[in-house]
Amino acid sequence: MFTQRALVAAGIISVGIFALIVRLIWLQVVRYDYFAEQAQGNRVRIEPLPPGRGLILDRNGVPLALNAPSYQLEIIREQVTDLDTTLAGLAALNLLDRDNIATLKRDILHRRSFEGVPVKLSLNEEELARFAVRQQDFPGVEIRPRLSRKYPLGASGVHALGYVGIISEADQKNLDGNEYAGTTLVGKAGVEKSYELELHGKTGYQQLLVNAQGRRVETLGGKKYQLERKEPTAGNDLFLTIDERLQSAAEEMLHGERAAVVAIDPNNGDILALVSTPGFDPNLFGRGLSRAQYLSLYENPEQPMYDRALKGVYPSGSTIKPFMAMAGLYYNVIAPEDSKFCSGSFHLPGVNRPWLDWEKKGHGSVNMVKAIKTSCDVYFYGLANTLGIDRIHDYLASYNFGLPTGIDIEGEKKATLPSTTWRRQAFKDKAMQTWYPGDTINVGIGQGFLTVTPLQLAHATAAIAMHGKRFQPRLVHAIRDSVTTQKREIAPVALDDAKSNDPSNWQVVINGMEEVVKPGGTAVVAFSGVPYTVAAKTGTAQAFSLAKGQKYNAAQLSKRMQDHALFIAFAPVEQPKIAIAVVVENGGHGGSTAAPIARRLFDFMLLPPEQLAQQEAKRAAKLEKEPSTSAASDE
Amino acid sequence: MELETSQTQRTLSWTARALSALQLDGPLLTGIGLIAAVSLVVLYSASSANWSVVGSQAIKFALALVVMIIIAQLPTRLLMLTAPWLYGVGLSLLLAVMIKGEITLGAQRWLNLGFVRFQPSEIMKIAVPLLCAWYVHDRPLPPSFLNIFVIALIILIPVGIIAEQPDLGTALLVGAAGAMALLLSGLQKRYIFGLFSALIPTTWIAWTYLLHDYQRRRVLTFIDPSNDPLGSGYHIIQSQIAIGSGGIFGKGYLNGSQAQLAYLPERSTDFIFAVIGEEWGLIGLITVLFLYLFVISRCLYLATSAQDTFARIIAGSLGLTFAVYVFVNTGMVTGLLPVVGVPLPLISFGGTSMVTLMAGFGILMSVSGKRRLVGH
Repeated sequence: MFTQRALVAAGIISVGIFALIVRLIWLQVVRYDYFAEQAQGNRVRIEPLPPGRGLILDRNGVPLALNAPSYQLEIIREQVTDLDTTLAGLAALNLLDRDNIATLKRDILHRRSFEGVPVKLSLNEEELARFAVRQQDFPGVEIRPRLSRKYPLGASGVHALGYVGIISEADQKNLDGNEYAGTTLVGKAGVEKSYELELHGKTGYQQLLVNAQGRRVETLGGKKYQLERKEPTAGNDLFLTIDERLQSAAEEMLHGERAAVVAIDPNNGDILALVSTPGFDPNLFGRGLSRAQYLSLYENPEQPMYDRALKGVYPSGSTIKPFMAMAGLYYNVIAPEDSKFCSGSFHLPGVNRPWLDWEKKGHGSVNMVKAIKTSCDVYFYGLANTLGIDRIHDYLASYNFGLPTGIDIEGEKKATLPSTTWRRQAFKDKAMQTWYPGDTINVGIGQGFLTVTPLQLAHATAAIAMHGKRFQPRLVHAIRDSVTTQKREIAPVALDDAKSNDPSNWQVVINGMEEVVKPGGTAVVAFSGVPYTVAAKTGTAQAFSLAKGQKYNAAQLSKRMQDHALFIAFAPVEQPKIAIAVVVENGGHGGSTAAPIARRLFDFMLLPPEQLAQQEAKRAAKLEKEPSTSAASDE
Repeated sequence: MELETSQTQRTLSWTARALSALQLDGPLLTGIGLIAAVSLVVLYSASSANWSVVGSQAIKFALALVVMIIIAQLPTRLLMLTAPWLYGVGLSLLLAVMIKGEITLGAQRWLNLGFVRFQPSEIMKIAVPLLCAWYVHDRPLPPSFLNIFVIALIILIPVGIIAEQPDLGTALLVGAAGAMALLLSGLQKRYIFGLFSALIPTTWIAWTYLLHDYQRRRVLTFIDPSNDPLGSGYHIIQSQIAIGSGGIFGKGYLNGSQAQLAYLPERSTDFIFAVIGEEWGLIGLITVLFLYLFVISRCLYLATSAQDTFARIIAGSLGLTFAVYVFVNTGMVTGLLPVVGVPLPLISFGGTSMVTLMAGFGILMSVSGKRRLVGH
C-alpha cells in the first residue's frame, strides 16, 4: 500500500521534472533569440557622442569661429544633501539668477537622480574661481567641461558668420533627431545656419553598460565588457570669401553707425566684406542670454540684430544713374555724345510742379559722361521719361535688382524694382494701381518706388566692372573635409550677363564713373592721390520718415531726418579686383561719409604692403588732427 | 595497484561504518552535499562576488548539518513523544506572533529571541507532518472520516494562521507537508477525489476572503506578466529573460548580465534558480534538477524501506514536501506557477529554512536508520 503510493508519488515527481525541463527548453532553446535580445536591451544603453562643429576661417585662414572647451555647472540630485539650500547657496554666490531657481528646481526634479543637470553654462574664470573656493560646501554640484562655440573676433563679421544658440523647439522640427541627439547648439543665422549640414558633422555613439537603476557601471561580474563605440565625425571646415582685414577695417571706420558695406570680387562673386553695423557679440548666444542682454539686442532702436547688408532696403539715390545710362544706350534712346541742357529743373508736359536738380543753378550742357560725373539729375529725369518704367524695369532686372541675388546665406530681401505690373499688384486700392509718368521721373534718379539692398548694389556694380559678366555672390569658397582634410574649392556660379547690345556701352558708363573721383567729380576728396584707377558713383537718398512706435527723441530725430549716404565703386578699372557698395543711414553725403570707407578697402586690396602701411599711417595722422573728416564736394 | 585498491576499499568501508554509526545515510548526504556546493558557487556570483555572503551561507550549512546529525541520533519513540509538544509550542508561537502583529499593525512573521531571530512557521513545516504521522500511526488504516477530519484540522489551523501573516509560500509548504502525510497514510481514492472537488469552492473562498490584495495581484500577474512589467510582473519577466537568455550552455560563470547588473530581483534568495539558468544554461539547470531528483528518490527509498507506519509516513511526507519545495520555486521562477515567496531548497541564501530542511533530513535518517538495527 505505502510502496504503491510512494511509487505513484515518484511518478508524479518525474512527470513534474519532465514538465519543468520542457519549460526550460521552451525558454532556453526555442525562445532563446527573443530572450537574448531582451537581455541585451536591458543592459546596454546608447549614448550619443556629439561631433565637433566645423571651424569657420576667413579667406586667408584667420579663424572666425572655433570650438573652445568651456565649463558648466551641473547638479547631481542624488548627491545633494538639500536641493533648496544648494540652489539658494549658488544664487548667493551670484552663480545663479534668483528668479530662475524655481524653474531650475523643476528641471532637476524631472531628471533622473544620478544625471547631471546643467544649471549654468560657460562659467568665466572669475566665476570658476568663486565656485572652486566654496566647492566643499556644495556636495553634488560639479563643474564639467564641454565644447562651446567661440568667435574670437567678437562682433566682427557677425552678420555674415551668424551665430549658434541652444536648439529651440522650432529648430527641432527641421533637424534630424538622431543626428542632433547629443548636440546642444545649432546655427541660428548667417553661414552658421545656412551651412549647418556641413558644419555639424556626424554624431557618434557609445554603448554604456547600465544596471537596473539606469546607472552607468564599468564592469560585468568583475570583468570588462566589450562595448561598441563609434567616434563622431567632426563637421567640415568652411573657408569664407571674407577678408577679415577688409571686414574689420570697414567696421572700425563706421564706429557703430547704422550702415552696411558689401565688397565683392567681381571675377567670381566672392564677398570680401559683408558689414552691417551696429553688430553684436555672437558669443552671447552660446552662453544663454540674460534678460538685460536680450533687451539690449532685440529692443534696441539701432537694431543690431538686423542685417542691413542683405535686408536693409534703401532708395538707391544717384547710384542708379550708371545703370540708367546703360538702359538708355541698350534701348538706343540716347547716344553717349548726345548733349542735354540742364537748367536746374525738369518739366513734364501737363505737370505744374518742376523736378529740381540738386544743383539749383544747373549743370549747363551735359553729355552722358558728364551727367554721371556731376550726377546731373535733369539729364536722368529726361532719360527715364523717354525710357518709360517698363523698359527701366526690364533692363535693371538683368542685374537682379528687385530680385534676390542668390547669396549662399538666408534672409536676403529683394527690395522693389517697380513697373506698371508691379504697381497694379502692389496696391489693393484701385486709385493707387495706376502708374503715372511722374513716378518714372523719380525712379530716374533712384528715388520714388525704387529700392535696393546694399548687396544688390554691390552685385550690380561688380557686373558693370566686368562689362556685364555676373557671378552669384557667395560667402563660402572652399570646404575642408574633416576626414580626408582635403580642401575642396567650390566653383563660382555664373549668372546671365547683364543686358548689353554693344560692348562699347560699358566703356562709356565706366568713363563717367571714373570721372567721379577726378577733379569736378562728386568723390574727388576721398580718392585724392589714388595710385590705381577707380570708377565710382555717389548717391544720396532721402531718409524714411520715422517708423511707427519709435520714441521721439529730439537729438535722434534730427539725426534720423538726415539723408542716407550711398556709394558704389570698383577698381582697378582695367582689371577689376573689388567692387563695393556702402550705405550709411542718415550719413549725409555719399562722397564724404561713404567714399572714404571704399577708399580704405581698395587700398587694403590693391596696394603693395609698404604702400599700404604708408597710406594707413597717413590716415591715422589725419584722424588725429581732425577726428571727424568732413570735406566734400557732393552732388 | 592492488595495495591502492585495498586502501580505497578500506577508506570506503571505514566511511560507511562511521556513517552507519552516526545513523547517517551516505547517498542522501552526498546529494545534499553536492547541492550545498552548488549553492556556494552560485551564491558567489549572485551576490556579485561577495565572499561574506558565501561565508555566511557556509556557516549556516555547517550549523544545519550539526542540527541534522543531532536529530538523526534521536530514537523514533522520542520523536513520536515530541510530536504533540512540538506542534503545541509551534502553534503558541504562531499565535504570539499574530497577537504581536495585531499590536504593531503590520505583517509579523519573525520572533526575536535575542540571540536568534526565526519564523515560528518554520517549526510547523516539521511539526505538522510529525503530528499527522503520530496521529495515524496507531489508528486503523486507511483513516476513517472522523480521523481525516481531525488531521484536516491539524493541518488547516496553522496553515490559516500562516496564510494570514501573510506568508503564502510557507502556508503552502506546511499544508503540503500535512497533505503528503495524509496521502501516504492510505487515504481512500474517493476522499482524494472528494478533496480535489472541494478544492474549487475552497479556492474561490480563499480568493475572495483570505487572500491579500498583493497576493491576488501576484496571481493575476502570473496569468499575464506583461500587465504590469514594472510592478509585480517585473520579477517574472526579468527571471524569464535571465533563464531564456542563458540558452543551452549559459553565458558563463559571473557573466550573467541580468544577475550581475541587478535586473533580476531577489537573485540570491528566491530567484537564484534564474541565476543558474543564465550563467550555466539548460545544462546547468538540468544538472541541478537531477541532483534534486536524486535526493527526492533517495528520501522515498528510505521511506519505503522504513519498518513502521510512523517512520514510513513521516519519512515519505518529508521527502515529498522537499519535492513540492523544489517545484513551487522552480515553477515560479520559470513562470509556470505564480510568484509565492518560496526559496530554492538548500541553494537560496538564508538560514531558517535551511535548518528546518536539514532537521527534516535528520528525522528521515533517524527513522530509516532503525531498519538496519532491526535487520542486524
